[in-house]
Order: sequence, then structure tokens, then C-alpha cells
Amino acid sequence: MTSAAPAPSRLRPRDTVRLAFSGLRSRPLRAVLSALGIAVGIAAMVAVIGISASSREQVNQQLRELGTDLLTVAPGTSFSGEAAKLPEESVDMVSRIESVNTVSAVGTVSEAYVYRNEAIDEGQTNSIAVSAARLDLLGTVSGEVASGRWLDGALAEYPAVVLGASAAELLGISETDGSVSVWLGGEWFTVVGVLEPVMLAPALDMSALIGWEVAEERLGFDGSPTTIYERSDESAVEDVRALLPATVNPQDPGEVAVSRPSDTLAAQAAADDTLTALLLALGGVALLVGGISVANTMVMAVLERRSEIGLRRALGATRAHIRRQFLGESVLLAALGGVGGAGLGAVATAVFAAGRDWPFALPAWVLGGVAGATVIVGALAGAFPAARAARMPPTAALATA
Amino acid sequence: MTASASLATALSRTDAARRGAAATTREPVVLMDNVTRVYPGSPPVYALGGVSLRIETGEMVGIVGPSGSGKSTLLNILGTLDRADSGVVRIDGHDLSTMSDRQLSALRARRIGFVFQQFFLSPGVTALDNVADGLLYTGLPLRRRRARARTFLEHVGLADRVHHKPNELSGGQRQRVAVARALAGKPSFLLADEPTGALDSTSGAAVLKLLHELHDDGTTIVVITHDHAVAAELPRQVHILDGKIESDERTVGR
Repeated sequence: MTSAAPAPSRLRPRDTVRLAFSGLRSRPLRAVLSALGIAVGIAAMVAVIGISASSREQVNQQLRELGTDLLTVAPGTSFSGEAAKLPEESVDMVSRIESVNTVSAVGTVSEAYVYRNEAIDEGQTNSIAVSAARLDLLGTVSGEVASGRWLDGALAEYPAVVLGASAAELLGISETDGSVSVWLGGEWFTVVGVLEPVMLAPALDMSALIGWEVAEERLGFDGSPTTIYERSDESAVEDVRALLPATVNPQDPGEVAVSRPSDTLAAQAAADDTLTALLLALGGVALLVGGISVANTMVMAVLERRSEIGLRRALGATRAHIRRQFLGESVLLAALGGVGGAGLGAVATAVFAAGRDWPFALPAWVLGGVAGATVIVGALAGAFPAARAARMPPTAALATA
Repeated sequence: MTASASLATALSRTDAARRGAAATTREPVVLMDNVTRVYPGSPPVYALGGVSLRIETGEMVGIVGPSGSGKSTLLNILGTLDRADSGVVRIDGHDLSTMSDRQLSALRARRIGFVFQQFFLSPGVTALDNVADGLLYTGLPLRRRRARARTFLEHVGLADRVHHKPNELSGGQRQRVAVARALAGKPSFLLADEPTGALDSTSGAAVLKLLHELHDDGTTIVVITHDHAVAAELPRQVHILDGKIESDERTVGR
């Protein structure tokens, strides 16, 4: 007669977690050091993602402030390959499109350059363009005056100039109280203002802007705009975009190039992905090294704890229970590193963003990614040592003590 | 003896029921028939060369022999930690040769209580949790494991040492904790490997006294030892030498 077979050994999942915790707690310094490896890798990856997300968020925030409803119209290349021109009356025609709110334009004055004084060699133009600007330009492109003033109806008839941010820097001009003049197109023009960099119209930064009238009267400007800036209702931007070529140049709509500067900025913000990928890869290498260090710790733990393994087998643990215990320890070790690393990475992102006055941004999927990555790393690192512990015959495990 | 009287109630009803069932079917706790164990090598080592042994419920048996006699191998096979190369081994009526590793683990978890010479207590863990660990692989929830551990610590006379850690206990107390851990699973028999080997004579005597009390309460106990003085106190002594049983004596009315 055989009595009923004993009920199978059972290790509750909660107890597996408890075992993993107590295993790590018994050697805290070692646990911290080997989790540190994982933490460094995770921190690097989180910081890279966080910083690039924050930088993108910064651009997006700026775009929200500046608006994404600005379109620029410029002459494209004509069928024959020459630079095309926009008709003089095109600005007025654009303003007649329904849902267009403001229109402005600049017209580059050909053959006119600006120099600090008349003694400068004519070749040293610094690539600064001399452009006639309509008075409503600044409002349309959301530009701001850094010092001095913007052109007005009175100034537009006189030789007065407002310099773009880069142009002012290249010419070495900071005084805007009317005491400084520049040699522009063979005449002295008084500097009345300097602009802040214009995010949506970077071309203006390298321009010397003068009144439309003075350009026509004194510098032989033909009155044909080179860039039209237009703002419409946000919802109508695409419609306006479709209408613009034919409106501006009914004869040759194909010679008109329309662009949306906010798209370009957003694209640039997204374009630093190559660097991000490279840094992420470096973080991945650090994570790999961290995983190896966890594996090393676990191999040592298994060797040192042979008698514990033997005891547990004697107390009724199955091979699977032993494997689960060590696998749990390894995953927990990696998870500790992951949590620490995510925290470190978030702090690094916050510090970096605060230093540059950026908003702090860390996408939620990063946390999910960190959790997934550490569990996988921990499981991979612990798989071999745990299998080894499970395979250890209980007699051998007990005999070593 | 009040301690032993309360211990009788502590050993569970289910255990008593099992013992009762075993008594009616006359199935011994341990049955070994012509068991051999050979360690391969050149020349191969015949650790056990045809051992037959029968241990009934409620017995207290000493397995005595010098080192190298094969008693450790016998311990491993009795404890289902190792398998025999030939012969039959039945624990509680279960033929070990037909059991998987998982089934053997279950047998160890529920039917065999181990006591080791080196105690094997977890450092930094209280006596209570060390004893509760003896039930870890039964799947009982922690609260119930601790409750039962407390009961058994009281019965080995360590009610006031429940929250002490092993390094705060004397050697004799540590071994008492280990005995409580072995008992906590309410096993069919207690397998003690040199239980006094790491203790001074006073502590050793106290641990032996505890084992005798447990035996008096009906616990089946197998003590493996090389110490003839320890063996002399046991009601039955199985002497083993060169992998064979040399003698099997019963001391009547020790």
C-alpha cells in the first residue's frame, strides 16, 4: 500500500520576489555597484532622449508663440533658368485673397552693398543684402527691435537703415541713437535700429533694411519684391498656399516658390536624430557592459551560495524554484539600476534644460522602454547563472560547506 | 515534561492521521533493499554495497560509522538528495526510482526534515524567519508560515529568541532553530546529520535531549553520526562500515 503522493512543492510568486530582495540585501554594496553599471547606461539613454525631446519641445513652444500661419512667397527659377521676378503689384494682389490677414514684403536692391565706411574695399560685402522693406514687415514676421527703432513713414523717405542681428554684428555696430552711419550704395545711411534675430525669416538677419521710397529714389530699386511674407487664418493656410502662385504671378504660376518657415524649423528640430541615435547607441553599449557586470555578480553569487542552494533543495525547492530565485535576483538588480538610471537621466535632462531655459520634456514611452530594457537585460544576464544554480546537484551544493 | 507534552499537540493531527494510516498498512517510513551506490572513477568507489534497512514509524535510529564508511551517502539517499544505482528505496511507501526530480522535491518539502551539522541558517535573518523558511516551498502564505514557526520555536525552548538573528544565538540555540525548521513542515521523519558535531559537549547534550523528547512524542528520527557516545544513547544503532551494514542493535530500556 502506498500513501498518497505528497502535494507538489510550491513557491508563491510573492515569495520569489521576497527571496530576490533578501538575496540582494545580504550583500548591499555589491548589489549597488553592479546595479550602477546598468544605471549609467540607462541614465545616458534617458538623458539623450530627454534632452533632444526638450530641445524639440523648445522649438515647438517657440513656433506656437510665433505662429505657424506665415507663408513666404519668392520668385522661383523661370523656365529658361534665369531668376524670375515677382510683379510689382503682387503684394496688393495677395492682400486681396480672402482670409489673408497681413502681407508684407522685402525687395533686394541689386548692386547695392553696405560697408562700415567709404574706405572699405568694395569686395568686402560681408554678404549682407540691402533690401527695401515695407513698413508692416516687422509685424508680419513677428520680428522685434533689439535697440533703436523700426522704419516709419517719415524715415522711409530718408537715408535711414535698420540692420538685421547678424548684419549689425558683422559691421560692428551697436549704437542706434543716430550717431552712426554706414556707407550704403554710395551714400551715407544713418543706423536707426538693430533687430533681434527673426526665427521665421532668418534671411532678414543678414539684411540692411531701408525704406521702399528711398530705395526707389536713390538706389534705382525697381520695386519688384523678392520675398512676400503673408499671414492668414491658421485653418486657411493650405488653401491660401494653393492660391498664392497664381495670384502673385498669373502668367507664370510655376515660377513662384511658396514655403512655410515653421515647417522648416520643425524639420530642423527633428533632424538632429543622427546624433541622438549615435548617443543612444553609446548608452546601449554602457547598458550592455552593465548587463555583463550583473551577470558576473550573479555567477559569483551562485558559486558562493552553493550551500544555500543545497539547503533550499533539501527544504523542498525544485530546480525551477532555484532558477526563478536567481533569475528574480538578477532582474531585480537590473531593475534597481533601471530606476536609478531613469532618475539620474531625468535629473540630467532637467539640469540641462534649466541651464538653457528650455522646457523639460521626457516622453512617457521612455519609462516603458527603460522598464522593458532592464527586465530583458536582467533576464539575459541572469539566465546562465540561474540555470547553473538549478543544475547543481543538491549533494554537491551541501558538501562544499 | 511539559515541553514534550505540548509538543505532542503541536505535531499536527494530519501527521498523526498519516502515522495511523501507516500503522494499519504496516508501511515503514524507510525501506531500503539491497541498495548500492557506486561513484564512477578508476577504480570506482563502492560507497554503498548492498544496504538493506527498515525504519518503522516512531523509531529513533542512529546510523554510526567512521568517515568514509558510506554513511554520508546513505544520508543523501535517505534524504532523496541522491539516487541509488540499484536496489529499492521507499520513503513513506514511495518508490524513489520512479519519481521525478519535482516529485522528490515535494517529498523533501513535506515528508523529510533535515538537520545539518553546520545548521545552515540564513545570516541576518531572525530565528522566526529561518524556521518559517522551512515551509517556504509548501506554498503557505507568509503569515501562516510565521505563525507555525513561532509555535515550533516555542517547543524547542526558544520562545524568547524568536527575533534573534543567528549571530546573536549560541551554537546550541542555532541547532535548536534548525531542528524547529525541520519540524515545521511536520515531516514523516527527521534526518539529522551529525547534529552535535559542531557543538561543545554541553550544547550537544541539550540538542540530543531535545531529539529524545521529540522521539518520546512520536517523531521518527534518524541520526547520522560518527560519535559512538551519541549513538550509545539511541535506542537503535545501525553500524556501517565500508558501505555495508555491520550490525543493527537495539538497546532495550536505555
